[in-house]
Amino acid sequence: MFKLDKLSLHLGLAALIIITAQSSFAQSGSAKFPGIGRVATPAEVAAWDIDVRPDFKGLPKGSGSVEQGQVIWEAKCASCHGTFGESNEIFTPIAGGTTKDDVKTGRVASLKDMKQPQRTTLMKVPTVSTLWDYIYRAMPWNAPRSLTPDDTYAVVAFILSLGEIVPDDFVLSNTNIAEVKMPNRNGMTTKHGFWNVKDKPDVNGNACMHNCVPFVQIGSTLPDFARNAHENIAEQNRMYGPYRGADTTKPPIKALPGTSGAGLAHAADTHSSAAKGPAALFKNENCSACHAPNAKLVGPSIADIAKKYEGQSGAVDKLMAKVKAGGAGVWGSIPMPPQAQLSDEDRKTLVVWVLSGGK
Amino acid sequence: MEKPANQARLVKAPEHFISQELIADINANGLDEKRRGFLRKGFMSAIGGAAAGLVAPYAMAAGEGDPAILEKQEWQTTLGKNVATMPYGLPSVYESNLIRRESPGLTRVSAASVAFTPLQGLFGTITPNGLHFERHHQGWYNLNPETHRLMVNGLVKNPRVFTMNDLMRLPSVSRTHFIECGANTGLEWGNVAVPTVQYTHGMLSCCEFTGVPLKVLLDECGADLKKGKFLLAEGGDGSGMTRTINLESCLNDTIVAWAMNGEMLRPENGFPLRLVVPGVQGVSWVKWLRRLEVGDMPWNAKDEAVHYIELMPDGSHRQYASIQECKSVITTPSGGQQLLDKGFYNVSGMAWSGRGKITRVDVSFDGGNNWRTARLETPVLTKSITRFNIDWVWDGSPAIMQSRAMDDTGYIQPSIKTLRNVRGTRSIYHNNAIQSWKLDSNGEVSNVQVG
Repeated sequence: MFKLDKLSLHLGLAALIIITAQSSFAQSGSAKFPGIGRVATPAEVAAWDIDVRPDFKGLPKGSGSVEQGQVIWEAKCASCHGTFGESNEIFTPIAGGTTKDDVKTGRVASLKDMKQPQRTTLMKVPTVSTLWDYIYRAMPWNAPRSLTPDDTYAVVAFILSLGEIVPDDFVLSNTNIAEVKMPNRNGMTTKHGFWNVKDKPDVNGNACMHNCVPFVQIGSTLPDFARNAHENIAEQNRMYGPYRGADTTKPPIKALPGTSGAGLAHAADTHSSAAKGPAALFKNENCSACHAPNAKLVGPSIADIAKKYEGQSGAVDKLMAKVKAGGAGVWGSIPMPPQAQLSDEDRKTLVVWVLSGGK
Repeated sequence: MEKPANQARLVKAPEHFISQELIADINANGLDEKRRGFLRKGFMSAIGGAAAGLVAPYAMAAGEGDPAILEKQEWQTTLGKNVATMPYGLPSVYESNLIRRESPGLTRVSAASVAFTPLQGLFGTITPNGLHFERHHQGWYNLNPETHRLMVNGLVKNPRVFTMNDLMRLPSVSRTHFIECGANTGLEWGNVAVPTVQYTHGMLSCCEFTGVPLKVLLDECGADLKKGKFLLAEGGDGSGMTRTINLESCLNDTIVAWAMNGEMLRPENGFPLRLVVPGVQGVSWVKWLRRLEVGDMPWNAKDEAVHYIELMPDGSHRQYASIQECKSVITTPSGGQQLLDKGFYNVSGMAWSGRGKITRVDVSFDGGNNWRTARLETPVLTKSITRFNIDWVWDGSPAIMQSRAMDDTGYIQPSIKTLRNVRGTRSIYHNNAIQSWKLDSNGEVSNVQVG
């Protein structure tokens, strides 16, 4: 009985403290908008204020080695970015295009020539804080904020080693991060007129009205083979009115169709032809964020799944269970999150469609 | 027979529901399953919306006139749908071609991609909310407004937390502004890459945004605006998008907004809260806004150090290039469209400037050799889209159409050649060049670059 009383007394005190604290939040607002908003507690600010600036304000304590980074990389990063950060499959490559000379000069020489096919992250990023901040806040791509500060130091160390910015036995920490010399640290300029409306633009046109360019030369057009690359433009325009879409499934027509539009191949109704079905479901339920038709993305391709389970009895039930509960290990270490939001009917539709190779 | 939908009314004998058209149709073509269906449906005339083809070509001698005038239409002769059949309305089914679209092959994953606004079919200056362009970095969520919070911290006397209930009690403003992605038209820096204005210019929208002025919130938190020249805006999505905002330049017109065109923001556009930074590229209009931090230096976040930087010919990157300069494009007619015949056309397009108001738009039909000044639709608002129109009689010969906008700072939209002379060809962002559309004698319009 006594114990219970003590407990309730404690609870009462705690409640009182909370009430007092809340009213003090309300009172600390300005007189202008009484009752609006409250003071953020130190714990709340700490939970959200995770950004790291170029002067490393906001950087938490911790450390990680290149070696540890490689282990995390292979488990959580390599499937999107490639074993050596070289992949161009999903996002542009992270490493490549920088030299030891760039580390000395602070300017990436390959940005000037046209030989480097892609601008990689390490070619561009001037400050190591940027890598740390972004990896900690938003990586891995399909499981953001799942890395600890130590994990993040390790992954950043591994990326830096890929660019030969730090040696293979390097341990990156909050105490030595400021010493890292990024290859493009001198490669950024803010000398332009785009930051402040008061600044002067770098380019301006001219307002000539007559006989401005007596010889008009066309410098670039879409090649014929790209005519239908954005699918049928006829179906991307209004079916009526003065401006119709050209039927890009066919070569251009030879003469004007005439005011009725008769003779235009796309005059047939397209308004009810919007395709629904498993392909749309696959996209709308976010499956396509990780699975592509033929290429490996975060997860295996539809074609690979269909091939693996071809002819296997019970494959539909097995995969339906897997889609519902999630899984890992069959196709690599990146887990497939459970898709509990799907109805049994939709799940079956999707699995049958995937097993048919997406046909 | 199905029971009529309405109670307490007389049900007429079926023969009174058979239209003259249907009788003529059955006489001409016999009674098949489809026409039996129409007879059955005669009882249910209140339902309406039967399949196309119900209006059979009634015996009408050629030359008497247009069947669309001479014949009764289904919608004239039957009962339409009830009010609130669509409690949140949708466009006509005949408008279903005009939707947001992805450009095939632009990115490998749709959660970090773009859906472009169909500018080729829009009118006026306001983008319908369902067609406002989308660009996400880590997919979109339908955030719960009850648990959404906005924190203001950094160089402020009182770091504060606001709920949506708090924010929506504050004095609000409603202002119309354009939003354009810094990469809009970026695909075309090197050469023509995409066929239509949806893909060349469709990362552009314009809406009336409602929210609380940023300054009201910063004052409320006691922001140190002497030391604090920069603002970090942070999103609540997986990418935790962060952008540095120029507080000195943007403080007075930036809005912490919850509404767009009279309704709450759509989830794809940041529901329940986004930053509106007029004139500045879209990436800084942070969606699902959850934190604002006042600081004394720029943050160099991922999207201001790896992306949204322009590669100059000398190998340097321009960083913190934010303002969307004066730009215009003819939307009708535009690439991929087909003109039906010679004669009169209203040629129309959009003009905008992140530096201020549009003052003039000129249009050329001969590839930029001669220009005429277009009519501007009012109101002409600052950092907003202005619609322009110009009359044109097409004689059937090939033409190259261009538009060129000017703003109240004296800035004139440049040609692609002028831009490339200064910035080279490897930039992605801030391509505000004059757009050229080539019209062939067959009436088809295509995307070309001149010079």
